[in-house]
Amino acid sequence: MAKKIVIKSNSYFDSVKLMSISKSISNMDGVAHAVVAMGTDINRETLHKVSLNTPETETVTPSDLIIAVDAEDAVIEEVLNSIDEALNTRKTGGEDEYNPRRLESAIDVLPGANMVVISVPGEYAKEEAMKAMKLGLHVMLFSDNVPIEEEKELKDFAAEKGLLLMGPDCGTAIINNVPLAFSNVIRKGKIGIVAASGTGAQEVSTMIHKAGEGISQLIGTGGRDLSATIGGSMMLRSLEALNEDPSTEVIVLISKPPAAEVVTKILVEVEKVEKPVVIIFLGGDLNALANSKAQGAKTLEDAALKAVALLRGEEPKEVEFTIDKAEVEKIADAESAKISDKQKYVRGLYTGGTLADEGMKILESKLGGIYSNIPFSPEFALEEDLKSVKHTCIDLGDDVFTVGRPHPMIEPSTRVDRLEEEIKDEEIAVLLFDVVIGYGSHVDPAGEMIATLKKAKELYAERGGYLAMVATVCGTEEDPQNLDEQKAKLEEIGVIVMPSNAQAVRLAAMIIERI
Amino acid sequence: MANAKISNLFGKELKVVNMGLDSFATDLKSVNVPVVHMDWRPPAGGNKKMASLLSLLAD
Repeated sequence: MAKKIVIKSNSYFDSVKLMSISKSISNMDGVAHAVVAMGTDINRETLHKVSLNTPETETVTPSDLIIAVDAEDAVIEEVLNSIDEALNTRKTGGEDEYNPRRLESAIDVLPGANMVVISVPGEYAKEEAMKAMKLGLHVMLFSDNVPIEEEKELKDFAAEKGLLLMGPDCGTAIINNVPLAFSNVIRKGKIGIVAASGTGAQEVSTMIHKAGEGISQLIGTGGRDLSATIGGSMMLRSLEALNEDPSTEVIVLISKPPAAEVVTKILVEVEKVEKPVVIIFLGGDLNALANSKAQGAKTLEDAALKAVALLRGEEPKEVEFTIDKAEVEKIADAESAKISDKQKYVRGLYTGGTLADEGMKILESKLGGIYSNIPFSPEFALEEDLKSVKHTCIDLGDDVFTVGRPHPMIEPSTRVDRLEEEIKDEEIAVLLFDVVIGYGSHVDPAGEMIATLKKAKELYAERGGYLAMVATVCGTEEDPQNLDEQKAKLEEIGVIVMPSNAQAVRLAAMIIERI
Repeated sequence: MANAKISNLFGKELKVVNMGLDSFATDLKSVNVPVVHMDWRPPAGGNKKMASLLSLLAD
């Protein structure tokens, strides 16, 4: 074995790219460890853990690239060449493309630039966003790990300048029909969305598309916008802007339950809006909306369908299943009949945080407490090893799973690895999962899971039982991965794909209730 | 009008500067949205003290 450390000073690459290079190199034959990372404190610690630190790596800065490999002598040169190749071929655009270093130069190259998408490490995000707003640009701030005090400062400044400050930690936005970061290809239409939840916004916008309507704008606010500290600054300003927007006829607001004083503020603003408003405070108390003109919704799908109904001048109603209920019962009967006596539990493996949340809420109402890494109450928190117990629902996009790894929507292997672990447990009866497609997501998330799903089916058959699999694909047929193709891949191996997350969860619970 | 600039943005051609993950720029190019991807690096080579001094100068 040989250890080789290369440091490239002043050579910056983004973390998603570096993590994906590290992962593919680590999987090469003869490689024990490979770290390709910027010289941050955390990455230096990682080098210590795998004993790849040297005196040189102790003095690197966050703008230096470290390549550290522990591999068999015979392959080390090949490994280093592969890393070089991966670093060089993954740059955006061709050789002749000009990538300016300064924002001012970027604006010179692109006259009329009006939006900046910022996804630099959180510690640098505020400075860059401030700079952009001073230059008159609207901001989508994808970066996370931005302190809430900095968010407050940014949003106060955005309000003063009349600009959008979407984020921090904003994953989804569609402005003027352009999908930014993690967004789907949605028909242009008359429903405006303001969302403090990325996958929540993806589910609602794709459900609107599936129902035959479209959206005017989808403004992301970042998950903390409705906290007491921020006070709903971006949501309130977006609501006002959509109210004035002639292309928007119905408005949907999406958030986890906000701070109580912020709910009041939002409801006061909603009363001033001349257009119909649908509100989903996921898992929140609908009674809070009792005296409001806004329509409350319990699930993301409900929010989408109520908005569609209001747009069409129809009476909005709650929907349990969009396919014939008798048909769903037949499926549940057939699936549960194949499950053995030993199998009892549902396991939800989610990549979308809000979808996981919604799934847990529905499961809890039907099956009782759900264990999780994001539990509703501390008694249902998983142990430190995060091993599933009884009915468990996991949010694989949670920080505990993404340290040093890309988000599972980008890199499905996190979930594939988890699935390999789960299927060792003979007591699982139903596997429930989401597949989130669209821009930003992996090119073939369903395809990446197929081999392991098939293996799971076979394994439970060998054990004399059957593993039911229920999924939802959040996306549209116009997304690069294509909803229909992703769905077909899953259905081919016996996964039941439901039209929405809410319906998938309800079916999963129905199967469990029948065994 | 506090939101005039947001209203002005609606309906206009979106022109994007991308700072950070280059896949976001690649996606925008694939749908023919005008985008410039910056060669972003941590300011002052990641030296935070120096970076904060530089940002004071910039103001």
